[in-house]
Amino acid sequence: MKVLVPVKRVIDANVKARVKTDQSGVDLANVKMAMNPFCEIAVEEAVRLKEKGVATEVVIVSIGPAQAQETIRTALAMGGDRGILIQSDSDVEPLGVAKLLAAVVAEEKPELVLMGKQAIDGDNNAVGQMLSQLLDWPQATFASKVEIAGGVATVTREVDGGMQTIEVDLPAVVTADLRLNEPRYASLPNIMKAKKKEIATKATSDYGVDVSPRLKVLKVTEPAKRSAGVKVENAAELVAKLKTEAGVL
Amino acid sequence: MAVLVVADNDNAHLRDTTHKTVTAALALSKDVDILVLGQGADAVAASAAKIEGVRKVILAESADVGHGVAEAISDTIVGLAGGYDAILVPATASGKNFAPRVAAKLDASPISDVIEVVSNDTFVRPIYAGNALETVQTSDATKVLTVRPTAFKAAGEGGSASVEKVAGASASKTRFKSEEMVKSDRPELTAAKIVVSGGRAMGSAEEFQRVIEPLADKLGAAVGASRAAVDAGYAPNDYQVGQTGKVVAPALYIAIGISGAIQHLAGMKDSKVIVAINKDADAPIFQVADYGLVGDYKTVVPELMTALG
Repeated sequence: MKVLVPVKRVIDANVKARVKTDQSGVDLANVKMAMNPFCEIAVEEAVRLKEKGVATEVVIVSIGPAQAQETIRTALAMGGDRGILIQSDSDVEPLGVAKLLAAVVAEEKPELVLMGKQAIDGDNNAVGQMLSQLLDWPQATFASKVEIAGGVATVTREVDGGMQTIEVDLPAVVTADLRLNEPRYASLPNIMKAKKKEIATKATSDYGVDVSPRLKVLKVTEPAKRSAGVKVENAAELVAKLKTEAGVL
Repeated sequence: MAVLVVADNDNAHLRDTTHKTVTAALALSKDVDILVLGQGADAVAASAAKIEGVRKVILAESADVGHGVAEAISDTIVGLAGGYDAILVPATASGKNFAPRVAAKLDASPISDVIEVVSNDTFVRPIYAGNALETVQTSDATKVLTVRPTAFKAAGEGGSASVEKVAGASASKTRFKSEEMVKSDRPELTAAKIVVSGGRAMGSAEEFQRVIEPLADKLGAAVGASRAAVDAGYAPNDYQVGQTGKVVAPALYIAIGISGAIQHLAGMKDSKVIVAINKDADAPIFQVADYGLVGDYKTVVPELMTALG
């Protein structure tokens, strides 16, 4: 079974995004970038499926600038087999990403697309669901457990109020939630090996899909700042202040 | 223009996230209909019909939509979409599960987590864990939005809309197997007036339950957790407050043993009053807290229980 894992290069999860003064966007110059944390979880799950003998090949795909190649290398060092970089210097909206991925699926014919539920830059939480719709494949989003047997994926999902288990026929799209696994750190030998793995570079135009934006970003602003309040000495003072000053108890 | 609001419900109860989404919808149009998806959900439809300003309620029932199967839900919505210029869905785990599918089918670019309606085609949404707000204008014929409920006031009651029944779709390649809901008498996290959250400092699931839950019960509060605490297995994922969990905006948020990572702040910084209890005086949580108490939760929480009487 071939598994396709889309990954995204984003601002490092521990770095605070800063808005540009001209309100045109978020300043990413000289900011530490990394693989989106949910994509890492998806890569880990795919590699584990390969280690268990369920998956035969793990193909990594990323849409982004030339530097997204580093993100693909990271995924290859974790255990991916080969990569595809669809180079784009402008932001592609979730709809465009889903259309590009649908085109990659048509070429690669994987039986499973395993991807992060959300990227921590745009916070859309949309591409997996959209890809599933475009392919007319079933979806299992926000997965915390995935088992594959007999052409069926049994997936436990994080839902409002608890967990739900569903079965989806393969091929399917599965999106990873936080608790699916804990991604490994790539070992030095594997990082060296990953340098020799193949990455094909493509352009968005190679896939014949319309990725032009539908949304016009009018401005990007900073949210209202919350200022630090006061320190209290002890629990009694805290309760007194919450009762009289804040009026919330 | 007419707007369709998809109700948030569990087949028996209508959640007030629906009322809040109706408020966002009324900012777009006077013609607002509500779609209730469920199975045996007549009571939900009756509640939805009472929301003020609603023109009509559509009740779509099938086993699959009752189980929240995304494929069945999105097919049902797409079947009704022709009569609407915008489809608004509460930005819950369930709403996020199907809204993008609806958008893909309608060839629209979905707009996630809307916190402000600027005009008919322009909306504000948070990006980068709420560290930036993006104002976007859409040119799509049918707009598909998820609406962050905490950003809108709940629409009132007093309406008497009619209820129309249609058949809900089913899914052929997805089968619901089982569900395991966290049983709790506490208020629902996103609707609670007070939230008590615990972080990684708790050190174990037992300690989390021993410290956080009694305090929450004393205050009649919901229980939340940081991603670090969920990740470490101290609390169920359903408790997670943050960028990738739930967004809450209660009157009082008490963060205990939570350092205040960017992604956690994204889920609670719109709370009215924030209290932080942490033994590290330099923890970032203190930068957003109205009241900070530097100290070990092991001594502070028992003292707090006593002070509350």
